[in-house]
Amino acid sequence: MIRLDAVRKTFKTGETEINALDGVSLHVERGEFVAIMGQSGSGKSTMMNIIGLLDRPDEGAYLLSGQNVAGLSEHARARLRGTAFGFVFQSYSLLPRMSALEQVELPLIYQGVRDRRRRAAEALVRVGLADRIGHRPTQLSGGEQQRVAIARSLVVDPLVVLADEPTGALDTATGHEVMTLLSDLVNQHGMTIILVTHEPEVASFAHRMVRMRDGQIIQDTGASNAANPLNGEAST
Amino acid sequence: MSMLDALQIAVRAIIANRLRSLLTLLGLVIGVSSVIALIAVGQGTQKGVTDQIRGLGTDLVFIEPSAEATTQQGGGASPLTTTLTRADADAIAASGNPAISAVTSHITGETQAIAGVNNVGAESVFTSSNYAEVRDLEVATGSFIAPGHDRAGSLVAVLGSRVAETLYPSIDPIGQEVRLSFLAGRVVFAFTVIGVLQEVGGAADADDQVFVPITGMANRFRFLYTPTGDLRVTQIDVQAVPGADTEALKQQLTDLLLFRHNRSDPDFTIESQDDLLDAASEVANTLSILLGSIAGISLLVGGIGVMNIMLVSVTERTREIGIRRAVGATATDIVNQFVTEALALSVFGGIIGIVIGVVASLLVDGSTIGDQEMTTVIQAWSIAAAFGVSAGIGLLSGLYPAWRATVIDPIAALRNE
Repeated sequence: MIRLDAVRKTFKTGETEINALDGVSLHVERGEFVAIMGQSGSGKSTMMNIIGLLDRPDEGAYLLSGQNVAGLSEHARARLRGTAFGFVFQSYSLLPRMSALEQVELPLIYQGVRDRRRRAAEALVRVGLADRIGHRPTQLSGGEQQRVAIARSLVVDPLVVLADEPTGALDTATGHEVMTLLSDLVNQHGMTIILVTHEPEVASFAHRMVRMRDGQIIQDTGASNAANPLNGEAST
Repeated sequence: MSMLDALQIAVRAIIANRLRSLLTLLGLVIGVSSVIALIAVGQGTQKGVTDQIRGLGTDLVFIEPSAEATTQQGGGASPLTTTLTRADADAIAASGNPAISAVTSHITGETQAIAGVNNVGAESVFTSSNYAEVRDLEVATGSFIAPGHDRAGSLVAVLGSRVAETLYPSIDPIGQEVRLSFLAGRVVFAFTVIGVLQEVGGAADADDQVFVPITGMANRFRFLYTPTGDLRVTQIDVQAVPGADTEALKQQLTDLLLFRHNRSDPDFTIESQDDLLDAASEVANTLSILLGSIAGISLLVGGIGVMNIMLVSVTERTREIGIRRAVGATATDIVNQFVTEALALSVFGGIIGIVIGVVASLLVDGSTIGDQEMTTVIQAWSIAAAFGVSAGIGLLSGLYPAWRATVIDPIAALRNE
C-alpha cells in the first residue's frame, strides 16, 4: 500500500547539507503495525513527513496504493493528506478553545462531510471518551488529549495512522494505555499504523520494527502479519 | 470547506480573542461612524446656510457699498460710510424695469435696546414699510411699520423675537416703551413698540434686530444725509418678479447706478441670492470635504489596525495553521479562513459604525454647540462609501496575512509549540 523506493531528502542548514534520507526503500501493507526507531537525526521523522505528504522527496519514488504521489500538486496533496492519513503527534496538536467533538470534526470540515457531528462522536466513543465530548483541551488530562488526537486521526477512516512519538509527553502508565489503544485499532479493527519512537518499550507494541541511522534503514524485522490474523492476505 | 464553515471558524476565532477583536473593531467603528457623522455635519451646515439665505426672501438682489468705497469714505465727517443713497433706491424703483417688483433700502447699525431693567444688544435697522414684504418677515403680534409711520417719521419700533423675549419676558410688548441707544450710548431715543416679528429660527438675523422708520431717524441724525441732501443707506434690496433673469437685472442695475454715481468702475456690489447660495455652498462643500477627509484618514488607520491584527494573528496561530494543514486543509482553505475572518471583523465593525454614525448625527441634529445650532443631513452615499471602504479594507488586510499563512511550512508549524 505504501511503497518508498530509493527516496532521498537533503536539508540545507547554512553551508552544510544534511542527508536526512539517503536512499530509503520501505514497503508497508494494509493492517501492519510498524515502529520506526532511531535516534534524533536518524531521518525517521523526515520519512514520516514524506509518507504523510507533509514533505516531498528530492529523489526516488513514492507510491500510495499504486499511485505515484510525488508529482501531485500541493492542493491535491492536501486533499489526499486529509483522507488517506490520520496524524497523532507527541504534543497532541489540539486547537485551543475547542471542544473534543469540534477537534474531531475538524478533518471532516475540510472534506465537506455532512454528518460530521455523528461521525466525530462515534470516533470519540471508539477511543473511550464518550463522556468527554464537550471538554476542551485544558479540561482534559494528557492521556485524554492524546485520545482526542487519535479519534481525530480515525474519523476520516484513513489508510494509515501516522503516530510521531505519541507517548513522548505522557507518563509510563498513560503511555501504556495509549499504546494499548493503538494496538487494539490494529488487532481488532485492521487499522494500519506507522509509529515513530525512540523508546524500545513503545516500539514493542508494534509487529514490525524498522531501525534507522544516518538517513538509512539499518534493520527491518519485516512484515510480521502472522501476529495479526485479520491481515493474512496482505503478506508479501 | 463551505462558506458557512469558513464563517463559523472566523466567528469562533473572533469570539475567542474577544478583547483583541473589540480593539480592532473600535478602530473601524470610529472610522466609519466619523465619516458618516462628519459628512452629515458638513452637509447640515450647507443646508443651514442655504436655508438662511433662502429665508431672506425670494428672488432678491442685494446692493451694498463696496468695501473699497467704504474704506475711502471712512474718517470723513459722517460716522456712516456708504456710497448708496435712498435716491438711488428711488431711482431704481422709478426706472420702470419690468423685472423689478419691489425696492427697499435700509441702514443697519449697532444698538443697545433697554426696557425697564432689561437690556440687550441688537442690530438696529432703519427702514421703511415695504421691508417686511420684500424680506418675507411676518409679525407675530401687532403690526410692522406702516406707510403712515414712514410719512410722519414716527418713533415706533418692531422687535425681533429674541429681542422681545429678552426685554419683555412676562408682559405684552405692544404699546410699551423701548429705548434705543446709538453712537456707542451717546444718544438715546424712546420708541413705542408696535409689533413683534415671528421667530425665524436658526442663525437668522431678524430675531436679533429692531426695526424703526428711517424717516424718523433721518430727522434726528443729520449725518445720515450727504452734503447734497440725499439720505444715505447701507443696503438696497431689489425684489425681482418671479422667473426674471437676475443676471440681466444685475447688469441693468449696475448701469443705472454707475450713471447716477457718475463713475466708470462700481463703488458698490450687486449680488443675487443665487450668488450668495453659490458662495455659501462652496464654503460648505469645502468644509464637507475637509471633515470627510479627516474621517477618511481615521477609517484608513482603522483598516491598518485590522491588517496589523491579522498579521499578528497569523504569527500567533502558526501552530493552528500547521494542525489544520495536517488534517487536510488546502492553502485555499487557509486563505479563505483568514480573509473571512478579516471580512467578518470589518463588516461587523462597519455595521456598528453605521449605527453609531447615524445615531450620533441624529443626536447632534437640532442641538446647540456653543452658539451654533447644529443641523445634520445624513447622506446615503456616505454610509455606502464608509461601509464599502471598511469592507474593502477588510478584504485587503485579510489577503496579505492569508498569503503569509499559506507559505508557512506545516512541519515547522507543527513543531511550533
